[in-house]
Amino acid sequence: MLAMNFRGPFRVRADRNRPMPEIKHPQDAIVRVTRSCICGSDLHLYHGLVPDTRVGMTFGHEFTGVVEELGPGVQNLKVGDHVMVPFNIACGVCPFCQQQLFGNCHESNPQATAVAGIFGYSHTAGGYDGGQAEYVRVPYANVGPTIIPDGMDLDDAVLLTDVVPTGYQAAEMGGIQKGDTVVVFGAGPVGIMAAKCAWLFGAGRVIVIDHIEYRLEFVKQYAQCEAYNFKELGDVVEFLKRTTGWYGADVCIDAVGCDAAGDAFQSLVGRKLPLTGGAATALHWAINSVKKGGIVSIVGVYGPLDTLVPIGNVVNKGITIRANQASVKRLLPILIDHVMSGRLNPKAIISHRLPLEEVAEGYHIFSAKRDNCIKPVLIPPRANA
Amino acid sequence: MENKNKPEPDKTIEADNDRKIANSSKDHIPGWGIDANPENDPTYPMKHWNGADHQRFNYEKPVQQPIDVEILHSTERPGVSRVFGTSTPPSGLSGMIRRFAFKYSESTYLHWVPLVLADRINVVEGYIDDLAHGIIPNPFAERGWPAEWKYNRKSLVTKVAVGVAITAAVVVFLNQKNKKTKKLFS
Repeated sequence: MLAMNFRGPFRVRADRNRPMPEIKHPQDAIVRVTRSCICGSDLHLYHGLVPDTRVGMTFGHEFTGVVEELGPGVQNLKVGDHVMVPFNIACGVCPFCQQQLFGNCHESNPQATAVAGIFGYSHTAGGYDGGQAEYVRVPYANVGPTIIPDGMDLDDAVLLTDVVPTGYQAAEMGGIQKGDTVVVFGAGPVGIMAAKCAWLFGAGRVIVIDHIEYRLEFVKQYAQCEAYNFKELGDVVEFLKRTTGWYGADVCIDAVGCDAAGDAFQSLVGRKLPLTGGAATALHWAINSVKKGGIVSIVGVYGPLDTLVPIGNVVNKGITIRANQASVKRLLPILIDHVMSGRLNPKAIISHRLPLEEVAEGYHIFSAKRDNCIKPVLIPPRANA
Repeated sequence: MENKNKPEPDKTIEADNDRKIANSSKDHIPGWGIDANPENDPTYPMKHWNGADHQRFNYEKPVQQPIDVEILHSTERPGVSRVFGTSTPPSGLSGMIRRFAFKYSESTYLHWVPLVLADRINVVEGYIDDLAHGIIPNPFAERGWPAEWKYNRKSLVTKVAVGVAITAAVVVFLNQKNKKTKKLFS
């Protein structure tokens, strides 16, 4: 079958000779992929920043597909169902899944206890091949895959598997109270969604910080928020203090993670060498920009190594930090309602639709931010079979 | 390889004892639980606390996926999870380094730094594997440079020109040095 094949940092190819996935467990399903996104966090893999990313792996954790085959233990799906597949692989029965922490499942990743299994996201996240392929193996198919509701656009559905829940949970973890000033660091797809969702929680003012001009323009329109280019601000923290009456933001959201620009030292030790878990520039700014007693919400992805953050300021300011991988299954019911009622329009962030055969170009366009790219979606040749 | 510096685990804190200790009488502690407040839960609504945490891993587990490929597992868990990915099992030199890394916990640099090293070595192994299977790697296509040609041609041409100029300068320099060395020994 055709699938993306990782060959090393900044090198991927569409490979027609990948083996077909097989049922390995009674609760497995084989899904024929109909849409698959390239996620901003895939770029961390593509840039070589996630340890134990092996050559030959297929990435892709945001996808929809049609159920082609089921293991004998799957009761909740039938062959032919068109499903959206949450990026977290969750057993549904461990204490974490029982408490709706589906992004923290204990029975899907042997390689690391700190993170649940994630499709196509290195062996640090379980060693699963992902959805940038014609077919994919979906474990625990009774739990994660959710039938796409009648009338939902496929392009909306695929974005409900990661980017929308992650943006929504970023805002949710902010504990936003009506009238709060919320600062979102990062105008990538997750940051855009976080800004949009902040209004659903009653934010009084939403500010987005980034340095890519076309993305700032987009988020300003899409999320009806303020957007500023940090390269034009001088000291970002000082600007945010000034614009909040020297008080600090009520809530700061890090929607960037380990690939952040904006600080030469962080970039050197976190991205170029890399000696830390990533360039924590956005998180550093978030901690220093939030008010005393404020909340910092982190959905940006960092590597497992130590990361440079001003932890002393967290203590001295009494900041609450809330962070997690999005619990997609928990959030799907409310997000499906928001999409079907028109309150959220995820597909508007899709800027590129590419055939799976052009996966290398897709990664390059997204990584290098060419052609005003915001969100690329890959369409496999058998999507309409 | 056995880590000789590894201390013997303290039997008093083995997993089985954790709940026994937690559930034992606290009558000897004055005021035990007097300020407990179930509403003081900063994890809500992300986590729906139901007490399952205190049952630890005593739940009915899914059946085990057959372990038919080599799976390295974290030292912070007793065995592999009930399902796992079977993509790209460890192999070659990078695989040896990965096996070494998995002798150490996720909390140590001895786990993560060797994994990063193994990833880089794995790239070279990938080239060799391609050639062994009759595949000539095409770094230009794999790096998505056709898109760069389409959307950022001027910069691409400049980069290629600079690369060619530097390579040519290095070749000329080495060539001249070679000639001088030959003259000295002729």
